[in-house]
Amino acid sequence: MKFGVVVFPGSNCDYDTFHVLQNVMGQETVFLWHKDHDLQQVDCVVLPGGFSYGDYLRSGAIARFSPIMAEVKKFAEAGGLVLGICNGFQILLEAGLLPGAMLRNKNLKFLCQHVYIRVENQKTAFTNAARKGQVLRIPIAHFDGNYYAEPELLAELEKNKQIVFRYCDEKGRVTEEANVNGSVNNIAGIINRQGNVLGMMPHPERASEKILGSDDGRIIFQSMINYLEKKAGSGQKKAIKSTRPKVSPLPPLIGTF
Amino acid sequence: MKVRILVSLKPSVLDPQGQTVRNALHTLGYKAVRDVRQGKVFEIELENIDRTEAEKIIPEIADKVLANPIIEKFTWEIIEA
Repeated sequence: MKFGVVVFPGSNCDYDTFHVLQNVMGQETVFLWHKDHDLQQVDCVVLPGGFSYGDYLRSGAIARFSPIMAEVKKFAEAGGLVLGICNGFQILLEAGLLPGAMLRNKNLKFLCQHVYIRVENQKTAFTNAARKGQVLRIPIAHFDGNYYAEPELLAELEKNKQIVFRYCDEKGRVTEEANVNGSVNNIAGIINRQGNVLGMMPHPERASEKILGSDDGRIIFQSMINYLEKKAGSGQKKAIKSTRPKVSPLPPLIGTF
Repeated sequence: MKVRILVSLKPSVLDPQGQTVRNALHTLGYKAVRDVRQGKVFEIELENIDRTEAEKIIPEIADKVLANPIIEKFTWEIIEA
């Protein structure tokens, strides 16, 4: 399948995301420059982490107006698969492709650490390779990861099972202590009503190779591949296969600002 | 024409920065400070536009870009015609 990683000025997780998709998961991957209007016929768009536009005004508030977002919006409305990681999640929220908003972390600290998240909904395009309640160890790195939804929206998200990941402890218990940034109901990742757009604050691309401390993040990418291949009718659900990652040279830094 | 827009968090939203400032003021002895909410000020200079048009586009700009209506509210005023 073909994946596109969008690059905004200030994105800094684009290369890691590209590397995981291309070299670890073995998928054809391209960069999508924020000023382009061409999604290059990808099957999935990934908005990577970073500090697009320096987080000026609000995280993701300016990136959401980038030319490529018009195409991403059309792609998502037509049912295309979209994953937003960290800043990508913030951009999806500001663009209205996901409901709710991000606030500054409750304890006013930039959090850079491994956390545990629990899979709340394993019936999504992003979690079908996981078990319900499975605990994943994935790093976070954010200052504005405190997810906020008004009470009515929150009730709706719970009712519709749109909450896909919650912060938990290593035993999978959803506790206040595990909620490092103060997000409502320990929400770490949500999906839209249609089920094709997911945003998550933790970085699965930083947890896809055991050498980095955890490869629990691969489950998410594998689920997406499973979903896309099933949709294309070309494969069955696969278990995670352990491939030796091959490192191919990455394309040169693109674009002018 | 100069316009000033004030953006602040809605009252229902937690403002830890405001609380931190309040605590700092208390440490300095200003016990009369009950609460602090931190916001943003935007000063926008407009040209070649009449008052009616300005009064139409400023709230649009504030709602679409300057504030996130889910968590923030805004007020605005023309400070220099």
